[in-house]
Order: sequence, then C-alpha cells, then structure tokens
Amino acid sequence: MRKLLFQNLLRWPLTVAAPAPSKPALAELSAKVDRAARQRLGRSLAIREVDAGSCNGCELEIHALNNAYYDLERFGLHFVASPRHADVLLVTGPVTANMREALERTYHATPDPKWVVAVGDCGRDGGVFAGSYACIGGVAEVIPVDLHIPGCPPNPIQLLEGLLALLQFQKSP
Amino acid sequence: MNTKIQHTSHAPALRNVLEASQLIGGHRPWPRVVVTPELWNTLTKGLVDGAWTLLGLWGEAGWVHLALHEAATGLIAVASLPCPNERFPSVGGAHPPAQRLERAIADLVGLQPVDAPDSRPWLDHGRWPLRHPLGMATRATGAMPPYRFLPAEGESLHQIPVGPVHAGIIEPGHFRFTANGEAVVRLEERLGYVHKGIESLLAGATLERAARLVGRVSGDSTVAYALAFARAAEAATETDTPDRAHWLRALMAELERLANHLGDIGAICNDAAFALMLAHCAVLREQVLRASAACFGHRLLMDCIVPGGVVADLPADGAKVLRALVAELRRRFPPLIELYDNTASLQDRTVGTGFVRPALIQQFGCGGPIGRAGGRVFDARRQPGYPPYEQLKFEAPVRTDSDVNGRVWLRISEAQQSLVLVEQILERLPPGPVRGKLNLSGQPSEGMALVEGFRGDVLVWLRLAADGTVARCHPRDPSWFQWPLLEAAIEGNIVADFPLCNKSFNGSYSGHDL
Repeated sequence: MRKLLFQNLLRWPLTVAAPAPSKPALAELSAKVDRAARQRLGRSLAIREVDAGSCNGCELEIHALNNAYYDLERFGLHFVASPRHADVLLVTGPVTANMREALERTYHATPDPKWVVAVGDCGRDGGVFAGSYACIGGVAEVIPVDLHIPGCPPNPIQLLEGLLALLQFQKSP
Repeated sequence: MNTKIQHTSHAPALRNVLEASQLIGGHRPWPRVVVTPELWNTLTKGLVDGAWTLLGLWGEAGWVHLALHEAATGLIAVASLPCPNERFPSVGGAHPPAQRLERAIADLVGLQPVDAPDSRPWLDHGRWPLRHPLGMATRATGAMPPYRFLPAEGESLHQIPVGPVHAGIIEPGHFRFTANGEAVVRLEERLGYVHKGIESLLAGATLERAARLVGRVSGDSTVAYALAFARAAEAATETDTPDRAHWLRALMAELERLANHLGDIGAICNDAAFALMLAHCAVLREQVLRASAACFGHRLLMDCIVPGGVVADLPADGAKVLRALVAELRRRFPPLIELYDNTASLQDRTVGTGFVRPALIQQFGCGGPIGRAGGRVFDARRQPGYPPYEQLKFEAPVRTDSDVNGRVWLRISEAQQSLVLVEQILERLPPGPVRGKLNLSGQPSEGMALVEGFRGDVLVWLRLAADGTVARCHPRDPSWFQWPLLEAAIEGNIVADFPLCNKSFNGSYSGHDL
C-alpha cells in the first residue's frame, strides 16, 4: 500500500480543469432563486442525492463526480447521507408513483433554505418513461425545482457545469 | 438448438416432458408449447427436483409463461398455460424462486397463483391509478392495506427499517432488519419503488422506441439489455445480423462488464472503509467510460446496439484507443489486486462474510458473479451461447467460497478475462457492414434471447405484432434470482456488514422493479 501511495505522490494529478458554469443553468437560477436564500446558503453546499425512479444511469454519472478526474469536493460541494444535513437535493428519475411520498418526505426533511436540482431527461419531464401509469413525470410535478441538468444521463462535465452554476450564482450579488 | 439429450438423472428430460404438447409456431430460437395444468405441475416438480432451472415467469391477459433451462442438455423452452379463470397453479408454493415473480404477475396481470404461500402484493404499492395494468386494467379504488412484514419472534429483538431513500448515491428500496443486538435475525426486502411500468410502455411501441426503453431497464446494464432485445427481435424476424456487428456488440458488452466490475470492486472495498481501493478503481472505471465514449459516442454505451446491428462502426482510431486502454489497465490493475490480496484488515471484513449456501444458489438459478462465486457453472456466453463468443478463447472462472471475498475475486478474474476478450476482438474484428435490415414479414412473430450482462443472465422475451410493433415484451433481470439470496446471505452476520454484503451482490432495483 505504501508503494502505491508513494507512486501517486509522483504522478500528475488526473483532475480536469473546472468547466465554466452552464449559461442556461445560470439563467434558470436567476429567474427562480431569491437573493436572501443565496446569501444564507454560503459557498459550501451539502448535496443529498435522491433516486426517485431512475434507471441507475444518472447515479453512475453522479458517482463519477467523486472520482479523481472530477473531484467535486474541490469546489466545496460534497454528498451527505441525510437530508437533514443537506442544502441541495439532487433528484433523478421520472418520479414514480411508488417513490412520490418518499421524495416529498425527503424534501420536507431538508432544512430551508434549500435548492432542488433535477438531473437527467427523466427528471425534467419523465423522459422515455413519460406517460406511464406508474410515473408522475418530472421532479417539478412533485417538489419545486430550481435547476434542471438535462442529459440521458448527463455526463460528469455537464453535471459539474450545472452544479458550478449554483456556486457562481451565490457569489453574484 | 442442441438436440443431444443426455440422460444423466432419473428425471425425464425436458424435451420428453414437453413432447406431446402443442408447439406454437413462429417462436424462435427455442420452442414454446401450450401446456395443461397437469403438465405445468410436472414442470414445477422438475424445478423442485433440480432437473431444470427457472429462467423466467411472466404473464399476459389469460396466459402465464414459464421459461426453463435444462443445464444437462442446454435446452431452453417456454411453457404457456391458459388461465381462463384468471388463476394458475402456483409454482412458488413448491419452488420459492418463483414466489416474487408470481406476486408481480398477480399485481401486473391480475392472474392469481393458486395455493401460493405469499399473497401480499409486490410491485403494486397501492399508488397507481389503476390495477392490473398488463391484464384487464381496472381503476384502483380504495386504499391498499398497509404492507405486512414477516414476523420474527423472540426475546430482545428489535427492528431497523432502512430506506427506500438510502444514505449513498444508490437506488431506492426498503430493508427491514430484525436484529438481536448486532446480529441480524431476519432481513426482509421490499422492492418495487422504482417501478416505471416499462412493460406497459413497451406494448405498442415501435422497435426503435422499444430498444431505447429496454436499454433503460437498468442503466448500468444498458448494453446487455439492448443486446438481448436486439437478439430477440432478430430471432423473431429470422434476421441474420452482419458478422462485424456481433463482434462490435461483444466489444461493447465486455467494456460494460469491465467498467461495472471495476466500479463494484472499488465500492465493496469502500464499504469496508478501504477508500483507497475505491479511489483507484474509480479512476480505472472512468478510463473505460472515456474510451467507450471515444469509440461509440456514449460513456455508458446507451442506444449503441439496435435490432439489426449496431448504430455506428468503430472509428478509425478506435482500436488504438482501446488497445491503449487495455495496456493501461494491465499496468494499473495488478497492483490493486495485490493491494487487495495483501491487506489483511480488509480481508478480515470480506472473508466468510455474507456466505450463501451453494445449494441455494443452484435452487435459485442465481447467475452472474454471485452464482459463479458459489459454484454454479453458468454463463450465458457459453450456454446457450451467442456469437462471437464461440470463436473467442476465455475462461468463465468459478469459485466455491460464496462469500464477499469470493465475489470480489470472481469480479477480479472476470475483469481480467474481459481484457483478454477485448484484445481478441480487436485482433480479429471481421470487416463488413455493421447494420442490416430486419426481415419484417408482416406476420406476428416471437423471439427470445439470453445474454450475459455483468450482473448475470438477462432474458428478453418479445412478441411482435404483424405491423412490426411490439405486442408484448418481458425483460427479466438477473436480480430476480439474486435479491432473495441476499436475505439468506445476511443471516447471522452483523448489521454493520450489511452494506458489504449488499454491495457484493449489487442487485439492480430498476431492472427488478421494471
């Protein structure tokens, strides 16, 4: 193990440069989030991920945000285990009827102020699963959504662009 | 179809049992027959005796279908039983692996298994606007009574409810633990939270839309599902797929297996608080995904495989990208294997943890790394097999330790085999077109395919209508026969080892809930 750790000290970091915040995301945020909430949230955000019916594709790419290439924590963004500790809910899936209550409860368990980011095409409008008896549709049908990150699934750079827009938006007056 | 029949046991061969039954025309590549209730019970008895294995059990209005695999002869067959009274003799009563499938049939189609030991709903949580969406759908009226978890009795037992929203970035499901101090006395799973009504969406869908939907039954296995669907559609229409497409599909399938196994190995170690392994495996996994995106345009390879072939050929520099990937993995992976092998504190957590009795694995027909780590020699790439694997040299490692450690090692060996396969495929990729047209004859037809995904054998059964749209499609995830064994694996382990056991299984919620 020591050898492996030592070798890594000598290797170049794998981490990619931070992408610019997504412009559509900034536009969507400025239309929705009020300034008071922005100031209270600060610059370090705790994210709680909620799968509300996804195929697991979005989860895989959200996971990838934690790898050495994307290293989400360098931006002050980190995943937490409980909605009680969260500032941001990152919600995936075409909210299923069977997950609706769990999503609502998770939302209410998250202290204010909070942001909700709907991830993936399913999170926006149900995606390929729209119209099913078992799906409610996009996340916004169930809880208020501040930001959408589209894609099937969005790749880690697209996720980063969206999440960085959250941070950028907080800095702007 | 393999026509050689070896009489290895006293039980009659599946072929002989089904001989007198009426064969349904246009079901390919394996036979489908209509059976009587008596014969249905004989088939159930064969399952109990271990003469054949349950591959799938699903329904549609007025019918239940039972897919079987006889390992001794390699025969796969579907037995269909008409249910004029909306009832059928329970298979699960005698053969537990069928129980959840029957509960799903009762929820989705409304056909009741007679004398089933468990009549609780499974996928229907009482939240849908209708009941029996795949059968005679009716409006849901009245609330469903609360779900009754199975009792566990004894002194000083306590319950721990977990989920559906879990602590990690994972799919939702509910686990009800009954524990005595630290030791788990009973675990009961409750799934169905991510039921999206996929089978219902598939009915009436065009082949193109259906391929996209089936490719999203379980996003981590999108290649396996898209491949199984494409093969089922090609079987139904008797379409010959171009040779090069077969090889490119296998290339994608091995990249998917590699990426997922690397992710799983890291994640299992991380659940034993050994984050270093996760950090390194995640880097390797990312490299596989990047190479996949560079070669086929999608990191998870979604929508790359379609009925008739593959969407796009390998780009000019594709082979170079993949050879570089294999070289990099051959350099970086062995030190990680050594790290796992040499870290006693990690193995202290994995060795002996989450043991599943090999007899249970056989009984459930549990596939994938869980099955092969528990002595079950089954790999759909070998039997029934599909091109181009019969032309490729690879091992399907099998172990007998059947614990978390065994499942880690099995994934390590399989990842290494995938590297061998990727190299061979690049070496021998035949030239030619990568996509052909389906022979849509204007007749209804049925097809079926079994494909080895990273998690195990994915089954897709498909009926095409005369106009070439999907009349009925049933995708069956390997997790159906793995989730129940997790309940057995955790018995006698401590609660804190559950994440480890669960990760070593890595069952699919979405694939199971449909």
